[in-house]
Amino acid sequence: MNSGTPSSSAGAPGSAESAAPRRNSKRPKYSRFTQQELPACKPILTPKWVISAFLLVSVVFIPIGVVSLFASRDVVEIIDRYETECIPLDSRNNKTGFMWSNADKTCNRIITVTKHMKQPIYVYYQLDNFYQNHRRYVKSRSDQQLRNPGNERDISTCSPEDTTPEGLPIVPCGLIAWSMFNDTYSLSRNNQQLGINKRGISWQSDRDRKFGKGVFPKNFQNGTAPGGAKLNESIPLSEQEDLIVWMRTAALPTFRKLYGKIEVDLQAGDVINVTLQNNYNTYNFNGKKKLVLSTTSWLGGKNDFMGIAYLTVGGLCFCLAMGFMLIYLIKPRQLGDPSYLSWNRNPGGH
Amino acid sequence: MDSNSQNEINESSQVHDFVHKSLSNRSISSSKNSGGHSLREVNFAELASKPVRHGSRGADSEGFSSSYKEMNDDDARIIHINDPVKSNEKFEFAGNSIRTGKYSILTFLPRNLFEQFHRVAYIYFLVIAILNQLPQLAVFGRGASIMPLAFVLVITAIKDLYEDYRRHRSDKIENNRLAWVLINDEFQHIRWKYIRVGEIIKVSANETLPCDMVLLSTSDSTGVAYVQTTNLDGESNLKTRYAKQETQVSHPESKMISGLIKCDKPNRNIYGFQANMVVDGKRISLGPSNIILRGCELKNTDWALGVAVYAGRETKAMLNNSGAPSKRSRLETLMNREIFFLSVFLVLLCVVVSVCHGLWLRRHKGDLDLMPFYRKSDYSGGKVEDYNYYGMGREILFVFLMSVIVFQIMIPISLYISMELVRVGQAFFMIRDDQMYDETTNSRFQCRALNINEDLGQIKYVFSDKTGTLTENKMEFQCASIGGVDYSNGKECVEDGHIGYPVQGGEQVLRPKMKVKVDQELLDLSKRKNLEEGRNVRDFFIALAACNTIVPLTVETQDPAVRLIDYQGESPDEQALVYAAAAYGFTLIERTSGHIVIDIQGERQRFDVLGLHEFDSDRKRMSVILGCPDKTIKLFVKGADTSMFHVIDKSINSNTIKATESHLQSYSSIGLRTLVVASKELSPILFEQWQSSYESASTALMGRAALLRKVATNIERHLSILGASAIEDKLQQGVPQAVKSLRKAGIKVWVLTGDKQETAVSIGYSSKLLTSKMTQIVINNNSKESCRKSLQDALLMCKKLGTDSLAAEINQLALIIDGTSLVYILDTDLEEQLFEFASRCNVVLCCRVAPLQKAGIVALIKNRTDDMTLAIGDGANDVSMIQMADVGIGISGQEGRQAVMASDFAMGQFRFLVPLLLVHGHWNYQRMSYMILYNFYRNAVFVLVLFWYVLFTSFTLTTAITDWSSVLYSIVYTGFPTVIVGILDKNLSRDSLLKYPQLYGAGQRQENYNKRLFWLTMLDTIWQSVAAFFVPLLSYWGSSVDGSSLGDLWTIAVVIMVNMHLAMDIIRWSWITHAAIWGSVISTFVSVMIIDLVPLLPGYWSFFNIAKTELFWMCVLGVVIGALLPRFVIKVVVQYCRPNDIQIAREMEKYGNSRRDSQLEMNQIFDPPSR
Repeated sequence: MNSGTPSSSAGAPGSAESAAPRRNSKRPKYSRFTQQELPACKPILTPKWVISAFLLVSVVFIPIGVVSLFASRDVVEIIDRYETECIPLDSRNNKTGFMWSNADKTCNRIITVTKHMKQPIYVYYQLDNFYQNHRRYVKSRSDQQLRNPGNERDISTCSPEDTTPEGLPIVPCGLIAWSMFNDTYSLSRNNQQLGINKRGISWQSDRDRKFGKGVFPKNFQNGTAPGGAKLNESIPLSEQEDLIVWMRTAALPTFRKLYGKIEVDLQAGDVINVTLQNNYNTYNFNGKKKLVLSTTSWLGGKNDFMGIAYLTVGGLCFCLAMGFMLIYLIKPRQLGDPSYLSWNRNPGGH
Repeated sequence: MDSNSQNEINESSQVHDFVHKSLSNRSISSSKNSGGHSLREVNFAELASKPVRHGSRGADSEGFSSSYKEMNDDDARIIHINDPVKSNEKFEFAGNSIRTGKYSILTFLPRNLFEQFHRVAYIYFLVIAILNQLPQLAVFGRGASIMPLAFVLVITAIKDLYEDYRRHRSDKIENNRLAWVLINDEFQHIRWKYIRVGEIIKVSANETLPCDMVLLSTSDSTGVAYVQTTNLDGESNLKTRYAKQETQVSHPESKMISGLIKCDKPNRNIYGFQANMVVDGKRISLGPSNIILRGCELKNTDWALGVAVYAGRETKAMLNNSGAPSKRSRLETLMNREIFFLSVFLVLLCVVVSVCHGLWLRRHKGDLDLMPFYRKSDYSGGKVEDYNYYGMGREILFVFLMSVIVFQIMIPISLYISMELVRVGQAFFMIRDDQMYDETTNSRFQCRALNINEDLGQIKYVFSDKTGTLTENKMEFQCASIGGVDYSNGKECVEDGHIGYPVQGGEQVLRPKMKVKVDQELLDLSKRKNLEEGRNVRDFFIALAACNTIVPLTVETQDPAVRLIDYQGESPDEQALVYAAAAYGFTLIERTSGHIVIDIQGERQRFDVLGLHEFDSDRKRMSVILGCPDKTIKLFVKGADTSMFHVIDKSINSNTIKATESHLQSYSSIGLRTLVVASKELSPILFEQWQSSYESASTALMGRAALLRKVATNIERHLSILGASAIEDKLQQGVPQAVKSLRKAGIKVWVLTGDKQETAVSIGYSSKLLTSKMTQIVINNNSKESCRKSLQDALLMCKKLGTDSLAAEINQLALIIDGTSLVYILDTDLEEQLFEFASRCNVVLCCRVAPLQKAGIVALIKNRTDDMTLAIGDGANDVSMIQMADVGIGISGQEGRQAVMASDFAMGQFRFLVPLLLVHGHWNYQRMSYMILYNFYRNAVFVLVLFWYVLFTSFTLTTAITDWSSVLYSIVYTGFPTVIVGILDKNLSRDSLLKYPQLYGAGQRQENYNKRLFWLTMLDTIWQSVAAFFVPLLSYWGSSVDGSSLGDLWTIAVVIMVNMHLAMDIIRWSWITHAAIWGSVISTFVSVMIIDLVPLLPGYWSFFNIAKTELFWMCVLGVVIGALLPRFVIKVVVQYCRPNDIQIAREMEKYGNSRRDSQLEMNQIFDPPSR
């Protein structure tokens, strides 16, 4: 920018130039760019364009909405909330005390299948009111440690679950791993065990590259504070799929996590016996626990929101298209009519 | 001044009689001209205003007289001539090496950082980055939190470094130039940087001066040196400087005198210098005409010797080397108000979060230790301690601080950087604009201030200087009245130089550089030596050729047989007169201090210059005493009509005088500048008397200037009139059209000039400022009471004429006020009334105003209204006004660089104001306003999305969006398109804007940026953030989605939404815009992918997992459409049902061509046809 350092420093050497005849003109070189005349498209919202845009949106959105609503309706979902029912009646006043005791936590639930469910049927556990996105919680993990056996002592981010009282590093460290969900489900139909496949419930990428094949649990759940699940110390982390699923912290305080898959169809009317170990303590913060069996669609689980939202927006756009058509018909205005310019409308005043 | 002429409020039709009455006792009678306006000679007190043109010389005489004041030793610097050691021993004067570079290698880092942190925004940045380093508050990773600040600092530092490097380089070149310096009685070639104060320096012709030096001696026996000061003040004419006779030597190598100079401390006044020199026990006073300054070039003088008095950074050139003033644009001021709202909003968000967190903590007080996701206690250390929990109070405070960190970009820091980039870009285009390049001075538009580009779109008042701004300041001889006969039928030279007299100079033909129109009758007459009229005419032209300080220079041309005579002098009027004389065959060929040679129609004649009284602002005339070849001694005087008629003997030639007076009146009424020429023959006795008194006066030690003036007034008496000359101060090209456009754009143009009222009024007419339909109100008073009365009358009349806009359109008012009246009005209680009245006038002309009054008038408007003011001028007398106005524009023309140095923008011609304001100003304003609002929206929408999420994390400021995305958001994801749009988008084409100047009103009415728009934008922001946040939230509610995946969805959705929002508002889509918008969307995808490719981050691979699902893409589509729908609908409704002018003009650009003919007149012409 020749914003003008005037100065003799600029001027004096320049005097040699200025002495030379003025043929080195400073006239700016002409180009469409510097004159701001680049070819450009100047779209204007003409009635035609506006109405077509609204119609286009409604044409796209309404079918999508209908399809996704149908997809959501097709999903069969069975939810069984069990956290209260699974406490013996006499212990319900002191649920936490019960959970801390050594009493048998086995609990039997009966689920009736209402509609035909095609395999694969996903088994989820759902926790409500569990803030897996709490700042203290999400930070309390060590990805280095999980990945690399050499980084066992990389536990600075893991407190308060970083070391045992003796100072030995915990693998996997941190609150997340410590609080791992440990209810177990076994399902049977007509006294026949329904196999739950627990392989492949976590992300391939996590198993391959995030959780080390050579990293084994160490000193885990040895502390004074009782946490959640214990891990088999002979299995590397990359194969501890429940841990891997749990470590993918949920975005919202109500969340499901995949427990396993049932790979047979369930018929309407089937009665399923669930034997569960109610080990996980959510009673001290009113957390709900639910067992969910659900099929899936291209849209995911059962959720009508998307369909309704799309239908609403599509419908609205259709109405708007109609509305604008009316406006254009009732109050036509020729575009670019100079008589609408303010100084032509009310002559005399600016 | 007679009282009957005071206080006139006339409608133009009545003016005539009145004026005639009031003029009856005055020397110049009013002449009628067709337009019906009339002129009055006004007797004014000579205020502080000096005639513009002679500013530098006026200063001369001032310095001259004041240099006799005894200088206090403490305030002076003492220089021993030719003794640098002694000169420097007591005070170490600065050496001659200069350093315009700011930094050295060592100081660069600390100094640059220090300077950068002068901005509050950066400190905010820094404080937040520091807060984030505290372990309790660490929200972002360390790298992520420092990166944006570091980025900005590094970019700015690199820019500074480059600029500084360039300065260092030019310094080096400058410092290593060579000069001849007297060392041990021998001239040696040494580098400039080693020159010391006190050394004697020899400068040869065409060399540049290395430092400020007092002239000691020159090759001219009388001690004259000619210098060109182009580098210093841009004036290309030659100036004369004098060496004192006492130090004058005939040969540079001759024995040098020694002596002592006592002079001012270094100061930046180019035109002021006072000093005493003691040589051989004699005290000699020195003034500004004895010093030549660094950066000047020696011309026409073989050599000059001088003693260095100021060197290096203490030279006047360097002291004047200040940067552009810093102003803050209106938009930025308004923006800061909105930023305050945003900070309140930010604090509000933080308070909500921290209070909610406090409540949550209280509710779960007993459970905190048992909650698996909180776990207050730390058991690992053996002893049970609280882990990262400091009690409720502190927890709340920490959450508050953390939320400040997380929501920091609510205050759009990136906006400041984008604004700077955008301004640089806009400046680039303004500088490169073809239509603002001035061919004649070969100068481009200059942006000296980089932070008020957008103010150009909101100007309501333009204050313009006249001479050199509206006019070219190139004088052209138009007509003459000689002996009571008017010769004004000049014809352009038809044949190439055959009219007029080519002069034989040796084998070569000499020809004046400029051609002048010649009146054939007058030319014929001038050849008749024998007639009485012929003699009169000859005397007249000899007076024109001789009575001046012009120096003729000969210049080679391509044709070796022809050489051009270039007349150099300080006054363009004189130049014009000498060229005119040359055209009639009275060619000034040579001037030394002792004699001049005039080629009179082929015959070379030598005149001895026996005496010369220079022009001064009291006498307002100059005179020369010539010893003519026929042994007579003649006095020729030329000067302003007012001063001349006092000294002309009215008894001789009374008819001629009357005729001349009427001619003068008619000349000045058509805007010509007039001078009266008179002469008288001096008898030898009279001459001797004069000579003795002149000599005693010029050697006087005390009050020399006053004595000389007295001598002059004594001799300049009882003159007989020769005639009068009229010079046209040509209007610059395109001024009337420019004024018309500006007026149509709703800009009020006021002219503030130091010139006479007649001249000002006539220029007003010729530039279409004044029209015959206007009601002129003239205020010329010289007492406060009469001023008060005039103003009251004027206001009354204003009311009578009606106040509604329709009446204002018909009864246009013009106020003409002079400097004397302003003395009584400005800074008194009358100011308010003047303002009230002036703001109702369509045109205001202020004549005879002093520089400070110019600033006062600007302040009158600036302090009382919110309207933006712009001042445009070219001379040193406009500096104060340029600095006072919101936007100052310097015309880089004839009058030097002072105005340009003080200005924010500089350009070559007045008419460039039209493209500058109407086109660039309009664009800049529209772009910048949109960019500010968009940036507010863009950052707030992101912060709100973060905020909504915080509500679902038990208020603990977890962000689903990764740290890096938060940091990159305003730089990489959304930064580029705003800058590109801010630089390139145009709402209307140049043609439409120039065709309908009324479109400029959008900026004056602040249509593109105001509180209403801000709050509407904020409402829109809230809706959009709700849509962007809750659509994904509800779609994924209760599903097994993990935080990182949902975070990626939010990132992508918000970025696309924000970019589509921008896309929706872009008016012109060129390939660059496309690249920026789609490029930043793509770069967002790429960045998110890269972030998710790091296995050590919790979000590893989540984008790839979630992007596989249809739901993801449906969410993105739904967010974008849903969020932008309300905005789109409102936009369509407003554009269709309540279109503003800009919208209509846009439509016309696209569809209007076909029906242009059939429609009604698109723009009314307010100005009736010219007179």
